[in-house]
Amino acid sequence: MTISIDPQKTKNQSLQPKGWLRYFSFSLDHKVIGIQYLVCGFLFYLIGGTLASAIRIELASPMSDFMPRDVYNQVLTLHGTIMIFLWIVPVVNGAFGNYLIPFYVGARDMAFPRLNAVAFWLIPPSGLMLVASYFVEGAAQAGWTAYPPLSITTPQSGQIIWILSVLLLGGSSIFGGINFIATIIKLRRPGLKLMQLPMYCWAMLGTSLLVVLSTPVLAGTLILLSFDIIANTGFFNPVLGGNVVVYQHLFWFYSHPAVYIMVLPAFGLVSEILPVHARKPLFGYTTMVFSIMGIVVLGLVVWAHHMFTSGTPPWMRLFFTIATAFIAVPTGIKFFNWVATLWGGKISINSAMLFSCGFIINFVFGGITGVALAQVPFDIHVHDTYFVVAHFHYIVYGGTVFIIFSSIYHWFPKVTGKMLNEKLGILHFIITFIGFNLCFAPQHWLGLNGMPRRVAEYDPQFQFVNQISSIGALLMAISTIPFLINVFLSVRKGKDAGDNPWNALTPEWLTSSPPPVENWEGEAPLVEEPYGYGKEISELK
Amino acid sequence: MLNKNIYLILIISLVFAISFWIGFNVNLLPAEASINAPIYDELFKILFIIGLIIFIGMTIAVIYSLFKFRKRNDQIGDGIALEGNLSLEIVWTIIPSIIVLLIGLYSYNIYDRMGGMKELNHNHEMMSSNTEKIWAGISQTSDNEIAINNLSIEVSAMQFAFLFNYPKGNFISGELHVPVDQKVSMKMESKDVIHAFWVPEFRIKQDIIPGQPTILNFTPTKVGKYPIICAELCGPYHGGMRASIIVEEESDYNEWFNKNKKPEVNL
Repeated sequence: MTISIDPQKTKNQSLQPKGWLRYFSFSLDHKVIGIQYLVCGFLFYLIGGTLASAIRIELASPMSDFMPRDVYNQVLTLHGTIMIFLWIVPVVNGAFGNYLIPFYVGARDMAFPRLNAVAFWLIPPSGLMLVASYFVEGAAQAGWTAYPPLSITTPQSGQIIWILSVLLLGGSSIFGGINFIATIIKLRRPGLKLMQLPMYCWAMLGTSLLVVLSTPVLAGTLILLSFDIIANTGFFNPVLGGNVVVYQHLFWFYSHPAVYIMVLPAFGLVSEILPVHARKPLFGYTTMVFSIMGIVVLGLVVWAHHMFTSGTPPWMRLFFTIATAFIAVPTGIKFFNWVATLWGGKISINSAMLFSCGFIINFVFGGITGVALAQVPFDIHVHDTYFVVAHFHYIVYGGTVFIIFSSIYHWFPKVTGKMLNEKLGILHFIITFIGFNLCFAPQHWLGLNGMPRRVAEYDPQFQFVNQISSIGALLMAISTIPFLINVFLSVRKGKDAGDNPWNALTPEWLTSSPPPVENWEGEAPLVEEPYGYGKEISELK
Repeated sequence: MLNKNIYLILIISLVFAISFWIGFNVNLLPAEASINAPIYDELFKILFIIGLIIFIGMTIAVIYSLFKFRKRNDQIGDGIALEGNLSLEIVWTIIPSIIVLLIGLYSYNIYDRMGGMKELNHNHEMMSSNTEKIWAGISQTSDNEIAINNLSIEVSAMQFAFLFNYPKGNFISGELHVPVDQKVSMKMESKDVIHAFWVPEFRIKQDIIPGQPTILNFTPTKVGKYPIICAELCGPYHGGMRASIIVEEESDYNEWFNKNKKPEVNL
């Protein structure tokens, strides 16, 4: 299987705009699409972050006084939906996946470039539609979980637009997943074995399997829900004999694996970043691969732990407790392996490294509360409280978003050929780390002591702790300022990076920065040891 | 080498000591006011201590590596080419598996003591049909111990209030009054959307679902007034959907009950 340059494709690409305009075109270049995903996701992150700030302003005082109550519910619904479906999932899969996977397998593009472009271009319209639904009749206000009957009884237009938008985003995700599986399995450069692939390929393979297996279930569920709303069917409407608990099962059958769709790629990315900056091979490659696949399998059979207080019989509660707690084993292996990767290295303490280590500390904390939440008797008290809010922000923000930033610091020189400013980067890390922990650590206490989630008002005794949390949120908002300054300054006037500023061994660094359209001028290099640090190969470099 | 091991043992015992000290001395939970609460707090304490040991240990390992193995200015080249260590990896697969399994078994035991594994049964002499399907809940009474004295209450939830029906007294109250140290059995159903019944001081929560009754049994142990909180997003006023549960001495409860009692209407 050799990769030849298709003359038709070259002709197509020459017709496409050059320079910055190509980022606004239907480009087929996986690198352009990756950047499109990243920038688009970041813009939605800013919108979602603004909504988060609005929530924290409302919660700085015990009364509901900052915005009307129904608007508050719209804000929290949009915040959750945007952060999950328009920021984390597209960026950690679409952006880095598109940019890196073809390099890692030694291909010149993804398996289906047109499908790839379609997958991206589904995102901006559905995101804008979702945000714009606020101006129609109010956005959806049943939470990102959209539990019926609440989602059936709240204003219809907002909910229907929400469903349409999530369906389109789910479609985009499925297209992406199929593309990644095909690329990793079929487009590998001749001679490159599966067990020689960089860890991010394995993470994306596992993630894409989850996407392809579980996202269609969400799509089907939401279509049934939309029938209930617009056609008066009774799938989930108890008035017509429907069953509301069935919706929860179907919803979480996707939405629990969605957690792994958000964190597994981050596990892959951190496995690329740590060895480079610690100058050591990734510890325990084989066990890492097996633990990713273990998480994929277990991740599909734990969904009902979101439903311990709803309609679940005792035996089901017990099964899902054990299954969920066991995810801690493969996850734990990965964390021990990363610490062992650091151990005995020659670690450069830079922004990418600091964000990765921040990720390890935050995620271990979130993982521990996760094992506790898996225990039915523990969960019964804290379910649907701020304890859960704190837990999942430790996973998705303290975990995945920290890795997104780490990855931006790591791959910025590859994409632009310029270095990011380290001082601003370290400032960004310090404010983010302090702000994040100040915002979310106190929320564990709030949940344990009686503050439910998704409320605009609370007992006055919780005011002080809520204000601490709001100050943390303010710091998190401020932390984006040094980051944005850094990116804009460095793109224009950054220090020249050269082709391989980190002396990394993975294939994306073995070409020019920024890389040419077809990734390599000549043939793709065969990288048999992507983590061969400390060996003779690295001396040859 | 011996020196290194002594330091390692010292650090590990220090981590354990700190974790145990925090676990036993820092109380993060509200007052205990039902027989469930001390059982819950026992589980919480164990999980808290294990969690602290792992978290402090991992944090120390990460920060120590960053300091100890940071690249000095004069250093060039790479770290050691260590790609794995099978016995070490087996150890850190087996130990967490055992911990997780033990936690699972222990929490099963806790859940059983809370009454979670018992057959769901609403001991309500007025319940018309035995074929009615009860979906879920926590039960502290088994089939055999049907006690007529059990206080049976029917809870209905709606946007945005709880109503408590006392069938024996033929009246409905907006406040839940219960006598201390007696089993209370509640059958809950929602009139509109999903709500949840949560009393933090009792460490119990159960969703109230439209179309599917759920059961919640509990025994309060401390006289006082506690909040009942709706914990499932139910609409704009979700945050304000509150009620109170008043646990009182039996004589006070009887007085309140008799004051509100209405004569049965014979048709």
